Parts: sequence; C-alpha cells; structure tokens
Amino acid sequence: MATTLGKNTPILVMIAIITGLLTFSFINSNGDFGDFGITVLSGLFQGMLLFLVASGLSIIFGLMDVLTLAHGAYFMIGAYVAYDVQHPGGVIDLTAAIPDPNLRFPVALIAAILVGAGLGVILERGLLRPLYSRPIFQLVMTFGVSLVMVEIVKAIWDTTIYSWQDRFGLQESFFELFGQQFSVYRLFVVGIGFVLIIGIALILRRTRIGIIIRAGVEDRQMVEALGINVQLVFTVVFTLGCAVAAFGGGIAAPFLGASNNLATDFLLQAVAVVVLGGMGSYEGTAAGSIMVGLAIAVAQKAAIGTAFTVLPSITPMLLLILILLLRPSGLFGSAHSS
Amino acid sequence: MSAPVLEIRNIHTFIGQFHILEGVNVSVPQGSITVMLGRNGAGKTTTLKSVMGLTPPSQGAILFEGKPIHGKRPYHIAQLGIGYVPEHRAIFKTLTVRENLELAERQAHDLEKRIDFIFNLFPAMRQFYHYPAGNLSGGQQQMLAIARVLVPENRLLLIDEPSEGLAPVIIEELMAAIQKLAETSTVLLVEQNFRMASRLADRYVILDDGQSRVEGVMPELIKDEQLIQRYLGVA
Repeated sequence: MATTLGKNTPILVMIAIITGLLTFSFINSNGDFGDFGITVLSGLFQGMLLFLVASGLSIIFGLMDVLTLAHGAYFMIGAYVAYDVQHPGGVIDLTAAIPDPNLRFPVALIAAILVGAGLGVILERGLLRPLYSRPIFQLVMTFGVSLVMVEIVKAIWDTTIYSWQDRFGLQESFFELFGQQFSVYRLFVVGIGFVLIIGIALILRRTRIGIIIRAGVEDRQMVEALGINVQLVFTVVFTLGCAVAAFGGGIAAPFLGASNNLATDFLLQAVAVVVLGGMGSYEGTAAGSIMVGLAIAVAQKAAIGTAFTVLPSITPMLLLILILLLRPSGLFGSAHSS
Repeated sequence: MSAPVLEIRNIHTFIGQFHILEGVNVSVPQGSITVMLGRNGAGKTTTLKSVMGLTPPSQGAILFEGKPIHGKRPYHIAQLGIGYVPEHRAIFKTLTVRENLELAERQAHDLEKRIDFIFNLFPAMRQFYHYPAGNLSGGQQQMLAIARVLVPENRLLLIDEPSEGLAPVIIEELMAAIQKLAETSTVLLVEQNFRMASRLADRYVILDDGQSRVEGVMPELIKDEQLIQRYLGVA
C-alpha cells in the first residue's frame, strides 16, 4: 500500500494542484462556465507552447547533460521566421508566390522548423561538442549564443514588436460554448500540443531511437559500448529539440507576434517546467507544462482589476517553489536526477 | 597456439592525472578463455575499458584480429565484433529486458535470430523477458548483461567480474554459460574469484600495480602456489 502510494505520489500531487487551480478558477469566474472555459483553454494553450520549448530542453538535458540556455532564442527565431514568411515585405517574401494566407501559414511553420533545425545542427556540432565535459562552459556558451541570436534578429528585423496582421481562416474562426466565443486556433494549438505529447511519448516508448534515448539518459557510455554512435544521436536529438522550439515560436506568432522578449520569457518558464517536472523526465515535462500553463492563465484572470499585475509572471516560479518543497527532485524526478 | 584475436602491447592509460596502466601486455588466443587476475586496483577493469576505447590509452597499441583499434571510438570498436560486459552489469534499469536486448542489435532482426540461443543459455530469462530490468535480482541482471553481448555475433567477449556479489548457485550457472559461449567466441575475463577463474580459463595473465607481470596457461598457475600467494594473496 505504502509502495503504491509512493509510486503514485507525483500523479497525486499533479492531480491535487490541477484540481486546486481549476476550483480556484471556477470560483473566481463566479460559476460562469463560459468564463471558466476561456481560462482553461487559455491555460492549455500557454501550457502547450511551454511544452514545445520545455520538451526539447528536457530531453536534451536528460540525454546529453546539457542545459541549453539558447533554447528560448530558438522559440523567438521561429516566431520571427513564421511572421516574416507570412507577411509581405519581409526577408523571404512569399506573398506573390503563395497568395493564399491559409496556404502560406503551413509554409511559414515549415520554414520556422527548418531554420530552427539548421541552427540547432550548427550549435551542437560547431560549438557544444567540444564542451560536453565542461558543464559551466556550456551554460555560459549557450547563454552567449542566445544573446548573439537576439542581436542577429535585431539586425535583420529591427527591435520592432511585430503584431500578426495577415489573418488566415483558422485564426478568424470561433465557436460558441456557454455563451462565450472560443478561438478555434487556440483549440488547434492545444490539439497539436497533445498530439506532440503523445507522439513524442510513443517515439520514446516504441521506437529504436526512443530506446536509445531512454538508455542514454541512464548511461551514455554503455550505450556507446554496445555499438551505438551516441554523438550522432546527440546531434539528432538536439536538432529535433531546436526544431520543435522553433515550431512553437511559429505556431505562437499569430497570437504573440514576434519580439525579442520571447527568448527570455519562454526560456525562464521552460526551465521552471523542466525543474518542477523533474530534470530529464519527459512525463514530468509534459505534466509540468500543463500545470504551469493553467497556473499562469488562472493568475492572469485573478490579477484582473487588482494591484497584483505581476502575479502571472511570477506564478511559474511560485509553483516551482511549492513543488520543490513537496518533492525536492521535482514531480517525476529521481533522487539521482536532482 | 592459435593466432591471437586480441593483442595488447605495452599500453599506458591515464584517468585524469592518475597513471593507471603503466605497461600492460596481454595476448588472447582465438577460442580461448583468458582470465586477467590481480588484486583490487591492479588495473584489470581499466585494461578492459582501454580495449573498448572508454579510457583510451595514451601509449601502446591494441590489435583486434591483427588490426589496430586503439584511438577508435567505443561504438566503432564494438561494431568490429567486440562485446563488453562491464563491472556492476550496467544494464538499463528503466528499460525492459527485451528493450535492453533490442538495444544491442547491430542489424535488424539480430535479436529474433539469437533469442532461442539466449533462452537456451538462460532459460529463466523467458519469464522476465517483459519485466523492467531494474526489478531483476543481481543474478538475473548479470544474465541479462551477458545476454546483451550475445545479440550481435561478437567474436571477442570482454567480461568484467561476472561473479561479483552473486550466490554460489548462480555463479555455477554463469560459469556453465561462459563455458558454452567460449565454444563460439573468444573470452577475456576479469575475475577476483580464483576458484571460478581456475576452473574456467585456459590461460591467465596477472596484473599488479598497473603492469602485466606474468602470463601463461592455467594448469601451470594452479600448481604454482608461490606465484598465487605473491600476486593474488590466495592460499
């Protein structure tokens, strides 16, 4: 009994926190299901965007012992590239070649993914590889790379904060529930997020590369001694992690636009997610993303009309502190991973 | 004597600033079980790790089937046909037994082709095939660690302290398995348990203070009590 409870503690803590957040949100909405539903959808939307950054960060950390502080910059780059491809007058102007904005948006997302992946290969092969045995240098170097990426973005796109102008069908569609209008695009992003959560879990559980990644998280040296080129796996995982973060930026851009702040905002929140979920735990990252996303949305709603306007931005850290007090290794982390 | 499958020529290996191996020479003839003996800290494990490229030697040469392998990456050395069973097993505890074995495949369907051989060698493995490896007993984990190197067709097996921490009945089972393996592969074994080593091995090499001191055939060592007492402290 005690063992079962011990094994299920992370799930019980997660359920308790989510139930608490939802209950508070429902009370804060004065029992209005429409209002409550908007907060929940907004929370899931933010949680999925966080997952797109945090999943790569977590798997890269688990497998490679590298905490890359450049990961938020990949999210930012994805947002800029998607914005640029979608809108006229950018660096890559596709408005004449693909006049339909509905078709241009998937192309913009693919461009964001490709740029993220390309920059990921350059960072892993060119800069990180010589520093695998020097963790402090990795932190400093990836932080430096993040700053350089922000400066390059400023040089190309200026410091202007770009708001999404070129509307497309999915973004313009709404559905009504409990007397409230819900954005179909938000629902679409939440759906994509869940598909990715399940898809990555299936890759980790059911494919050879997934088995290699899970084994590598435990003992990289032994994986190599079995005849597997771990360095090649590092490159693949790092590149995919960067591509997913850039995809996150691209898919967030119709709501958040493109700005330099995205790099730091999403990095800090994603680091909070990875730590509270348990360093290197994929399940922890998925659960942590949803919890932090919901907590931010609930805090945003609660802060309306109060003096606590800072509440939403400090919420991820408050949740992190709460969970680390309950479980010092993070929600799904082992003592070893902490 | 048949041609050596593995030749270690005067290797020196550093771990950090520590000079662990200071001139190790080992020759492992094809089809033999050669055991590396020596006290704790003599350099036996580091020698195996140096062969695998996990602690690459800074001097000397290592030849596998006559070709140099020192300086190559561990995965490349393994792909040449060398299987490594490390000290403390190093199985992947969060993976199932089946996943541990699948990980060792070098070509598609390797496991499918070899699974009957593995089940014949370790019949108990059939029962825990789908269990998480972390749930296995020490003896079962050791069986898995050995089974893992049998998935691809390795021509040389490096096995480090297989009897460590195991009950005598399990040790007997492992000895039978290693003897069976030697019918198709060459084995270089590190073993502290002299009784087990003397029953299994055809040849021996003794390491002391990071150097190889004596090598020869096992029946001669068994007779030489002075040598055994001097280097191994076994009466």
